[in-house]
Amino acid sequence: MTSYLDYTVGQPISDAKAPDGPIEQRWDRRRFEARLVNPANRRKHRVIVVGTGLAGGAAGATLAEQGYHVEQFCFQDSPRRAHSIAAQGGINAAKNYRNDGDSVRRLFYDTVKGGDFRARESNVHRLAQISVEIIDQCVAQGVPFAREYGGLLDTRSFGGVQVSRTFYARGQTGQQLLLGAYQALSRQIAAGHVAMHPRTEMLDLIVVDGRARGIVARDLVTGEVSSHLADAVVLASGGYGNVFYLSTNAKNSNATAIWRAHRRGAHFANPCFTQIHPTCIPRSGDHQSKLTLMSESLRNDGRIWVPRAAGDSRQPQDIPEQERDYYLERIYPAFGNLVPRDIASRAAKVVCDEGRGVGPGGQGVYLDFADAIGRLGRAAVAARYGNLFEMYERITAEDPYRVPMRIYPAIHYTMGGLWVDYDLQTTVPGLFAIGEANFSDHGANRLGASALMQGLADGYFVLPATLTDYLARQPGAPVEAGHPAVLEAVADATGLLDRLLAVDGDRTPDSFHRELGGLLWDECGMARDEAGLRRALERIPQLRTEFWRRIKVPGTGEQLNQSLEKANRLIDYFELAELMCLDALHRTESCGGHFREESRTPDGEAERRDEEFSYAAAWEFTGTGSAPVLHREQLAFEYVHPTQRSYA
Amino acid sequence: MNLTLRIWRQPGPDAPGALTTYQVGGISPEMSFLEMLDTLNEELILRGEEPVAFDHDCREGICGACGMVINGRAHGPERTTTCQLHMRHFSDGDTIDVEPWRAAAFPVVRDLVVDRSAFDRVIGSGGYITAPTGSAPEAHATPVPKETADLAFEHAECIGCGACVAACPNGSAMLFTAAKVVHLNLLPQGAPERGSRVRGMVAAMDAEGFGGCTNTGECATACPKGIPLSGISVLNREYLRSLR
Repeated sequence: MTSYLDYTVGQPISDAKAPDGPIEQRWDRRRFEARLVNPANRRKHRVIVVGTGLAGGAAGATLAEQGYHVEQFCFQDSPRRAHSIAAQGGINAAKNYRNDGDSVRRLFYDTVKGGDFRARESNVHRLAQISVEIIDQCVAQGVPFAREYGGLLDTRSFGGVQVSRTFYARGQTGQQLLLGAYQALSRQIAAGHVAMHPRTEMLDLIVVDGRARGIVARDLVTGEVSSHLADAVVLASGGYGNVFYLSTNAKNSNATAIWRAHRRGAHFANPCFTQIHPTCIPRSGDHQSKLTLMSESLRNDGRIWVPRAAGDSRQPQDIPEQERDYYLERIYPAFGNLVPRDIASRAAKVVCDEGRGVGPGGQGVYLDFADAIGRLGRAAVAARYGNLFEMYERITAEDPYRVPMRIYPAIHYTMGGLWVDYDLQTTVPGLFAIGEANFSDHGANRLGASALMQGLADGYFVLPATLTDYLARQPGAPVEAGHPAVLEAVADATGLLDRLLAVDGDRTPDSFHRELGGLLWDECGMARDEAGLRRALERIPQLRTEFWRRIKVPGTGEQLNQSLEKANRLIDYFELAELMCLDALHRTESCGGHFREESRTPDGEAERRDEEFSYAAAWEFTGTGSAPVLHREQLAFEYVHPTQRSYA
Repeated sequence: MNLTLRIWRQPGPDAPGALTTYQVGGISPEMSFLEMLDTLNEELILRGEEPVAFDHDCREGICGACGMVINGRAHGPERTTTCQLHMRHFSDGDTIDVEPWRAAAFPVVRDLVVDRSAFDRVIGSGGYITAPTGSAPEAHATPVPKETADLAFEHAECIGCGACVAACPNGSAMLFTAAKVVHLNLLPQGAPERGSRVRGMVAAMDAEGFGGCTNTGECATACPKGIPLSGISVLNREYLRSLR
């Protein structure tokens, strides 16, 4: 038997379907060349949308407005609760309302560079173009963005860029944008154009004659597993950060929809590109169930430090100035505390690994506002960060006005996902992936306030244009519910649930998830090396074997059974974790969120290797534990020329 | 700390339910209330019992999924969501009662999980601005005074958790409905549908079986997001205005 590590290299992906010609005209050209569906014929087309976050909610509402019949699914009790709602900071758009030199070209440039030159230029340029329309759309829906006294929209700078292009609604931008999409979707549900299936989770993809024709889903209340058929399937099910167990993702966010689509033939791209956010509240003990993000904006005024000496257990106020190490200011004097997310995260890990971390378990660093309060006064600091300080105090019972905050990096976002072409179509015809579920626009590192932009661009504007073209070209005869491929998918999904219930072992789903997550965090987290990745690749299959021997799921499949939901998602996490580690092992360069210890510059910074790795790695599934096939999509940079990032 | 929990267990919507007593130990003050329940559930699973079902997702106070009545109060003793309530607000040896939202319009699904889909139908009856994708004018075409935008935002903060309904002796959804009506009716973009919005949402609210408002004010006291009680008078005013 060949090892999982012995992956083979398949045909390169030669055509991502982006039009050629000047980059500014490509999206116009694609839209003009797209076929249209006669308005009278649209209601005859059924489209399945899985997920109701920014991407899925926007797509469902827009497709229904255009006249298609939409069947929409979410596992939450309401489409309003998708995890987009937790996004704090803002949404980028190249409006240039500040007259500060911003433009579509600059947003495009910043995004390609911020992604460390691992994204497709054509897609990123389209994203920058569409960004301006998103703001118009959201304002028309009544999204209450922050405004100036003159009544015009306010913007701020974010994520280290030099222009103020981030639109925001206090610290709840994601909530307000999502509610805008949810309200548009609700209007279509009430009109009967969208059939909404809440508390329903996708378990498998139905592929008939090589095309995506439906999904298998489980009603989480009754337990009923059934098939849903359509002319096309859109996955908007979010990212896979919860594979790490502890992340800033919502507890139920999961990878099952995208992973089971991967098992049915959709290639999975760049799984090792995960983003670790530097400013999260550290864990307080083994009971920790999730991590909470504190906005990046805190680094504008807070100073990050740890004690100079390892094992210094004094209270922060008892540590004199000369015994503190403001390590970011020391190592990166030009950028100081404002270095990008990946740099700040890794530096925190290094000082904690040296035994200089603070707080329980030594997994934390101080973010100190004493200087800012001294310089600006308490009132000014409260005006800027009051709500964040309150949130911090609620969770930790410590007052950040008096005691420095403790922060530590945490998994926050996943840049990898299902491989999609310029039309956002996966390698399975008729299966589309939008938002965080796809791999497309952020390369190896996402810039702040760009996730909301991409989710809404995909959902409101890109997918509705490209999906129409697919539907116009592929009318397709209806698939019967009794088709063998449908029955097989239902039987497969049901079989897995039955198998989970039958084990009756002695370990809970959470205990396995914690162990898998801890392993991934250690070996495939902020810094990766060959030895660690090989250790993980050896351990994961063992853990999977143990899982199938020892998992305990009480209750039955014919009821609301949250243990069964968790265990079922874990099946996919084991396989996904394995592919993440393999992808990280094969990419022997450092880029963006992927830092290989072996690939660094003489001064210790991440070193990209463009000659070898200027490609997106799209993996083809060949079976559980069986070596996958790598398909490379070579990336061409015609407009933004790759340079090494430096922040010293 | 060690606690005695009396938790409402109910296998299904039509099955009878009862408070069941559990002992749970090893609870640290840093735990959230939901992490305390996680601890109990891990023990229950290993004992071969079914864990307590409860809704939760973001665990940072914004998705609105979680919600239980703790010692008789929606979301418990602090004015926050259940996921942001921490065990330091309880003492070793406490007995804590945990029940689902109690309201005619929120039937129990299982244990502490209730069906709040009535809220979605209220929103679908007018809680939106009709602006199909692509039809929007330039964002700066319509300035909105900062005071108006801020007031709209204050009401738009509602997370749809349902604590207002659970806290109300009448099971009324007036605060929830008011939050959306005020948010959208204040804005110039929401003006064309101002009347139909409030009429549609109030009719849906009544049809879903929510009770009437008797100005008790428990809703605003329980609201984890601080939606102002004054919104209800705006809702009433908008409703009367729409009938003229």
